[in-house]
This record gives sequence, structure tokens and C-alpha cells, in this order.
Amino acid sequence: MKGRMISPGKVEGEAIVSSEPIGFYGGIDAKTGIVIEKGHELEGKCVKDKILVFPYGKGSTVGSYVIYGLKMNGVAPKAIINKETETIVATGVILAGIPCVDKIDIENIKTGDKLRVDADNGIVEKL
Amino acid sequence: MYLTKEEEAILNGEKGEVYEKVFRLLVRLGDIYGADRMIPVGSVQVAGVSYKSIGDPGRDFLEDFAEKGAKVKVLTFLNPAGMDMENWRELGFPADFAKNQIRIMNAFKKMGIVVTATCTPYLAGNLPRFGEHIAWSESSAVSFSNSVIGARTNREGGPSALAAALCGVTPNYGLHLDENRKPNIVINVDADLRSNSDFGALGYYIGKLVKNKIPYFKGIKNANTDNLKALGAAMAASGAVALYHVENLTPEAGFMETKGLESIDVTDKEIRETYEKLNTGEDVDIVILGCPHASLREIAEVAEKLKGKKLVKPLWICTSKAMKETATLMGYRDIIEKAGGKIVSDTCMVVSPIERMGFKTTGVNSGKAANYLPGFCKQNVVFNSIDELIKGVTDER
Repeated sequence: MKGRMISPGKVEGEAIVSSEPIGFYGGIDAKTGIVIEKGHELEGKCVKDKILVFPYGKGSTVGSYVIYGLKMNGVAPKAIINKETETIVATGVILAGIPCVDKIDIENIKTGDKLRVDADNGIVEKL
Repeated sequence: MYLTKEEEAILNGEKGEVYEKVFRLLVRLGDIYGADRMIPVGSVQVAGVSYKSIGDPGRDFLEDFAEKGAKVKVLTFLNPAGMDMENWRELGFPADFAKNQIRIMNAFKKMGIVVTATCTPYLAGNLPRFGEHIAWSESSAVSFSNSVIGARTNREGGPSALAAALCGVTPNYGLHLDENRKPNIVINVDADLRSNSDFGALGYYIGKLVKNKIPYFKGIKNANTDNLKALGAAMAASGAVALYHVENLTPEAGFMETKGLESIDVTDKEIRETYEKLNTGEDVDIVILGCPHASLREIAEVAEKLKGKKLVKPLWICTSKAMKETATLMGYRDIIEKAGGKIVSDTCMVVSPIERMGFKTTGVNSGKAANYLPGFCKQNVVFNSIDELIKGVTDER
């Protein structure tokens, strides 16, 4: 699948997919990487070392700092894949140095899929 | 997006990791919004200052950048912090909160940012000119600079404003371009607007209706900069208005075509109904004025009304350090303090943790504050003019 590079880097890993948007501020605990938003489809799941796939970000702009906090605390996802990266997530992944690609048909990716992400070229492959 | 050779070099890491990251951020935001190139900015105002808003992740991010030697290129001011940086103890701000807020301010200072924390930088020493490109954050300051001064800025987030400050440029899109500054709705005002709270009520009402459109006001016969500050702040809070025009009053209004645009009529009735809607409380625990930060004229007005009186409830006037200094020089501060009030600088009721300080109902004259206090600070609101608010909390024996 070919998309657009938001933040560079090349990684391989296991997908964790949310069909709902994610709000990082108040949505994911920056210390543990666990999704804490009540009623969210990923509630209780940990994003650490996963390839986190969701349509786009939502909520407070402070979410950018939470993405950065995840990285600093060693619990960040290996990469982020979006349908459309908006400014909160774009700001967070660039500051944190997390590879990120958008304009991908995320409906084709399922939790547990093994992925190779070449963000430099905007390419996502299933392994 | 077109980048100069110098800009390409930054992106390739030739100026180090921090600059590579922040420049990449600007380029990517430019891509998302369809910018053709970067443009130099004359000044920056950075939001995301209060520890209440940015928490530990924001604090750690800013400290890390400061540690790595990031330095701003242009005149950069800050949005209000979560407390008065000098008198926080006396005002009852929690010590654990203060410790973190001080760390945040130290990180900003290390980056060369002027640690004057205000939503009215234009009154405190950061005044852009007509047509100048700037990168400001706080929604009322963005509205004032775009609309009343005629400078040009999008509403920046905290990190994107910081990136603009470090690089001295911003992507050229949105309100930087002529074609995006045209009005798309006309507001016909036939109402008697006397106080800042009247302008705040008008702004609140219109912001709710027009959301992120660019309104063009007709029928406002006169308004000083304090009135326009109140109007713009309320529209930016209840809606997302970053630019408005007022016939015969604001600098770009005369260049704008309004023929054929959709229109809304506003009369005294809508203003009165807005007052009713914004009043959710009765007995105030505290009156807080200065949202956006009070001008010297507003502080003088409060001092005049408090002369020789005693307050039975606390009263704060939030303002910038610059205005507080001048108010002290002119004796206004002395009058206000003798009555039992306080001039509070560097912060405001919206970004400070007043809900942790025992206050449940706050009296305000600001449409913006009335919009945010119930959600951000769990407050009931009494919304009225300064005159009426002061009458309610003074003992005229």
C-alpha cells in the first residue's frame, strides 16, 4: 500500500487497529502506553512496540505532547498508520521521531497483521 | 512545497536534531494545508504554557528542547501561565502546581522566549504592524491581531508556534493569503452596545452561529480596542472565528465586498437572551475580570469604581506584567488592594486551577470566560457588566 510520509523511519511489527479515532490526551496513559479512554474499542490494550493503526486523531492539541511522552517513556508504538493524519498526530510523531504514514486504506489491515512500514517512501506492506 | 537550499539543509539535519524536527513539523503542516512555501514571521506567541493544560508530557518536552540548546529567532511571547509567577503563594495557588509551572517557565526562558505570559501581547510590548506575517496561538490574540491590527496569522498550536519561533518562518497558507481573508457572512447589528460585557455577549452569540466563518459587522457605530478585544475573544471561544471585519472600524473592512452574502440580524433581544443563557449561578464566590487581560484603561475604570469601598468577596483583575507595573505607578493598584482586590499577572481564570482553590461561582464580564469556566474550571457563572458585578460585591457603608 502506498501513502504519504508524515514522519520518516523504517520498522517491522504487529498491527493494533482501531476503527475509531484516538484522542491521546486523556485517551492513552503516557507512562504505560495503555489506552484509558472509557468505552474506546482499544480500552485496556497497550500500544507499546505495536504498529498503531487508526483513522485520525481527535481531541485536545495537548495530545501531541502525550505522543512525545510515550516515546520518552519507552512505551510508544513503533509506527503510526492513519487514513488522514491531522495536525495533533502529525505534530506528535514528528517531535517524537515516530515513523508515520497516512493516506492508507486502513480497512485492509487487521489487529495481529505483521507489517513492514517504510515511512520514508510512504509504503506499508503486509508480511 | 518549495524549499530553499538552506531550508533543505535544515531538513537534512545539518543544524542538528531539534531544528530538523521542528522544521519537519512546519513542512508537514504546510503539506497538509497546501502551503506553497515558507514565509518569514515578525513575531510569535506560544500557547501551551499552563501546567494545568500541558501537564507532565508538555513540561518534559519543553525541558528537553531547552536542554538541547533550542533558541528562538524572533520576538516571542507566551500565552498566560497557570498562576501569578510572583504572588502565587499569597493568592493561594497550590505549591505542587507552582513547582511545575516554574520549571516550564524556566525552560521557555532558556530558549530565549520573553516570559511575559499574556493573551494581550499587543498591549505588553509585542505589537505587529498591518499586513505583517506572524505566528500567534492564543485565540483572542489571533483574532485581535488579524482583525483589529490587520496582521496575518493562523491559529497556531503550541508546538507549531514554537517551531515558527525557532525557525523564524511559518508555512504560507490560510489567513496569510488574501483570498482567505474575505468575509463570508454579514452581521447587521441594531443593538445598544455600552459595556465590554455587551460586546462579549454579541461575540458569544455570533460565534455560536457562524462557527469558523469570517463575519463582517455592520451597524457598530463605535468601539474602542477594549470593546473589540471582548468581541473577538468571545467569538473565538464560542465559535472558532480567527478574523472578523467591522465596517468603518477595522483596517481591512473597506477593501471587502459584502454584496450577495448571507446575513444575520442582531437586536437588543438577542443580546439580552445571551446574558440570560450565560448566567448559570447566583451568589459569586469571586469576581475575576481581565479576560482577555485587562488594558490600563480597564484597570483604571475598576480602581475608580472601588475608590473608598470595601469588597466583601475576592476580586481579581488579570493582566500582563506590563499593565500591572503601570497600574502600580499610577496608584490604581493601591486603590484596588485597599478595597480588598488583587491585580493578578501572567495568568487568568481559565488556565489557573481555581476549582482547586475553593471557588464554585465566578462573576465575569467576559463572554469568553463565561464560555470556558463551566467546563475547564467547573464553575457556575454570573455574567454581567463591571458596574453590576462590583455593586454585588462591595459594602458601601
